[in-house]
Amino acid sequence: MTQAQLQETANIPALLEEPGVRKWQDFFGFQTDHKVIGIQYLVTSFIFYCIGGVMADLVRTELRTPEVDFVTPEVYNSLFTLHATIMIFLWIVPAGAGFANYLIPLMIGAKDMAFPRLNAVAFWMIPPAGVLLIASLVVGDAPDAGWTSYPPLSLVTGQVGEGIWIMSVLLLGTSSILGSINFLVTLIKMRIPSMDIHKMPLFCWAMFATSSLVLVSTPVLAAGLILLSFDLIAGTTFFNPTGGGDPVVYQHMFWFYSHPAVYIMILPFFGAISEIIPIHSRKPIFGYKAIAYSSLAISFLGLIVWAHHMFTSGIPGWLRMFFMITTMIIAVPTGIKIFSWLATMWGGKIRLNSAMLFAIGFVGTFVIGGISGVMLAAVPFDIHVHDTYFVVAHLHYVLFGGSVLGIFAAIYHWFPKMTGRMVNEFWGKVHFALTIVGLNMTFLPMHKLGLMGMNRRIAQYDPKFTTLNEICTYGSYILAISTFPFIINAIWSWLYGEKAGNNPWRALTLEWMTTSPPAIENFDRTPVLATGPYDYGLERANEGVPLSDPNPILSGGPNSVLRAEPDPAVAANPEDRK
Amino acid sequence: MKIPSSIWTLLIGIVLTLASLWYGQNHGLLPAAATDEAVLVDGLFNAMMIVSTGIFLLVEGILIYSAFKYRRRAGDNEDGPPVEGNVPLEILWTAIPAIIVIGISVYSFDVYNEIGGFDPHAIHEAPINQESMKMPGHGSAMAATLSDTPGSSEPNLNQEKSDEAMQDPATAKVRNADQIPQLRNAPGVGSVAPTIGESPDREGKPAQLQVNVTGLQYAWIFTYPETGITTGEMHVPIGREVEINMTANDVIHAFWVPEFRLKQDAIPGRQSNIRFTPKKAGDYVLICAELCGPYHGAMRAPVVVESEEAFDKWMQEQLVASKETLNQAVAVNPANLSPNDFLAPYTKDMGIKPEILHQVHH
Ligand code: HEM
Ligand SMILES: [Cu+2]
Ligand SMILES: [Cu+2]
Repeated sequence: MTQAQLQETANIPALLEEPGVRKWQDFFGFQTDHKVIGIQYLVTSFIFYCIGGVMADLVRTELRTPEVDFVTPEVYNSLFTLHATIMIFLWIVPAGAGFANYLIPLMIGAKDMAFPRLNAVAFWMIPPAGVLLIASLVVGDAPDAGWTSYPPLSLVTGQVGEGIWIMSVLLLGTSSILGSINFLVTLIKMRIPSMDIHKMPLFCWAMFATSSLVLVSTPVLAAGLILLSFDLIAGTTFFNPTGGGDPVVYQHMFWFYSHPAVYIMILPFFGAISEIIPIHSRKPIFGYKAIAYSSLAISFLGLIVWAHHMFTSGIPGWLRMFFMITTMIIAVPTGIKIFSWLATMWGGKIRLNSAMLFAIGFVGTFVIGGISGVMLAAVPFDIHVHDTYFVVAHLHYVLFGGSVLGIFAAIYHWFPKMTGRMVNEFWGKVHFALTIVGLNMTFLPMHKLGLMGMNRRIAQYDPKFTTLNEICTYGSYILAISTFPFIINAIWSWLYGEKAGNNPWRALTLEWMTTSPPAIENFDRTPVLATGPYDYGLERANEGVPLSDPNPILSGGPNSVLRAEPDPAVAANPEDRK
Repeated sequence: MKIPSSIWTLLIGIVLTLASLWYGQNHGLLPAAATDEAVLVDGLFNAMMIVSTGIFLLVEGILIYSAFKYRRRAGDNEDGPPVEGNVPLEILWTAIPAIIVIGISVYSFDVYNEIGGFDPHAIHEAPINQESMKMPGHGSAMAATLSDTPGSSEPNLNQEKSDEAMQDPATAKVRNADQIPQLRNAPGVGSVAPTIGESPDREGKPAQLQVNVTGLQYAWIFTYPETGITTGEMHVPIGREVEINMTANDVIHAFWVPEFRLKQDAIPGRQSNIRFTPKKAGDYVLICAELCGPYHGAMRAPVVVESEEAFDKWMQEQLVASKETLNQAVAVNPANLSPNDFLAPYTKDMGIKPEILHQVHH
């Protein structure tokens, strides 16, 4: 077949009456379709987000007043321990894996992941781990040594709770390792032949970097936790100083994973944002290679910065300087990404829909977290603010601003692909406005609290901090309220939303070249690339891939709408409809 | 008249710079600076605030500007100009952050050196190095405890010291034997983790005042080795260089006085130390900054920075007082204290009512 013939036949989706439609029961079983697994991940992790969020609001309710008057100090410690553990290990990390599961095979033109059954196994480790963790709260002996679980404290508080915590995190780590192996093999082995690595969408690059990082760092955490469980259960003294063990060794092992973990949490959404911004700005991404390689740079550098969490735990002086410099250097690849996103937006034709608004919010909020991160890298300053609310503020700007906003941007962006329906833009924007207000109200004052002297992980504080804490607490209620428009919107739109067509955003990456939702096995035949992933406005985007949908306006593949005059009767842009 | 864009850029640049310079020095985000070290750290923080404000305004400005300026008009289905990259520009904005972080690193390095972090001896004294034990004339407490490696035949001085401290009725007031199960076999100091040592101009000289600090759930105990005084509150004189040698009995605690800008973990089984020179008189609070259990938030101790005379006077009073309390020692049985009594002195200042503690105590 000639190239032209191949292109003619490419992208015709598998023939199904209603492509992609599945019974609802399928989502509750052991399925091997990567799209089902992707959605299972996303929905499960979102449920945990709600649980973690309720705990956050309980924590904040306690902190509304300086006294301990809402829960006991023991329960308070369990609440923030579970809040952090859930948010990190059961929300952000699995949500990233959920998008990767859904998108990677579609983006690289594959029928499924390399190891579909392994994929399902990886997912099915998560619900039991989560249930186990939360059950500890019900049993009445929840872990309360913080999500860092430093010995010797973790060895002298509740044994059962701590044991449950270790088990649960080990399960989640295993799941994450299995998932990463799958992503890496899929990315390396299953790309369609015409996609060389420099034609790969940036989300795939980001997942490549993330998965490599998971594979290198997670086993070290597992080792640390297993040794900790020996100390806890078998009475060994690896980390217990009463027997000559060294608690600082645990900190090294813990942070060797847990610092990279923040990149594991954020890199996938750097990738997602790099997809969303060019599509909705109708411009090619600025500096494709710079963004792609900066992901790899971040994942490599991420491995050699862990001791910046230990600047006050007594590491030798010169070592602090080493870690200060490596930490500072990470700002450079991160900066490259931010500037490239800004340059992509500059001069574009930006569709300010919910996905794009969350993407803009992501950039704007992450910048604040990034700046305070560079400050924290400066050792003399970190010595002052380590373990204070300044750090709590920083980490939430990064994790909430950088990851949660990224997750929402990605959900709004790929919702039409996953469900075949559009979200309600009005409620999406309400969700966005409430989130941005709540986010800044909750976390901005914490910078000052930390600098002035409020340490973290305390149920009672100096009364002079009351006003700022009240602001934070009311902000957190706004955040809680902000999720309701989202939940209702997502459910309602999934069931009754406007039909989306296959490619409502007129995007160029392969996942949009099949039906919405995609049929099982995604593509009927191996697709052939005719354009790069971000060739908006470029001549070469007008040649190329034929449409997969007979309705040229809604499916709007790269070619038709761009080339043809827009039909005045039916708007080509979802925003112009109605 | 149309103002050319280069002029606009220049104007905006000037305004941005001025705004950053102003805010960087007038942010009012830090508490009073009560040590010489704090002044240096604040200088670093202000410099970082200037740079950060600039970057913040620039990035957020561009972001919001482009979101409004370049938004799609209804009915416009064209694409934007297909700019895919611009090598000089990319090099420029790789270089700018690189230069900024190098600048901040150099400044931090300098401050760190000034406050004594980069003490060259520290390298050799890192965990259990036999050679450093022989180093003559160096910080005596450090040298003494170095020999306490587990298994050594020499007496465990740290253990003795903390045992002594715990026998003292003054400290009995603030502890509860039930709450400190690890106390009797508190770990000996296996290694030394020097953190902030002498500043370069005092290199090789011992500090003018030594204070041994022990953290335990949920109290701080201060011992002044020169006079043998043990107390629950720390006094330090202005202008004398103080060295804090700290360790912990049970779990990790952290020594933090916000006004001193210094923080250091007190780790069981290790000794760590920091040096600083108090500068501004006042009553401050020593805060435990490392999660150490449910009452972590209540683990605070008063710190008084005062003139030499006031300090000496206080020292005298303490000497007298400790003799008196010794006589009453039999009367106090700390094991009978409820967590309520135990925490009372700590929670009172924080506005925590005793009833509440009563309700919450496990
Ligand atoms: C719903 C909004 C949220 C609120 C109101 C909130 C509130 C808080 C508060 C008040 C603390 C400090 C607890 C303490 O130090 O006593 C905290 C800690 C933390 N939060 Fe959140 N949080 C929210 C969302 C998130 C998200 C989305 C993440 C994502 C990873 C997250 C991760 C963490 C982590 C890692 C800690 C550190 C816990 C520790 O110090 O052990 N939080 N949160
Ligand atoms: Cu403590
Ligand atoms: Cu504490």
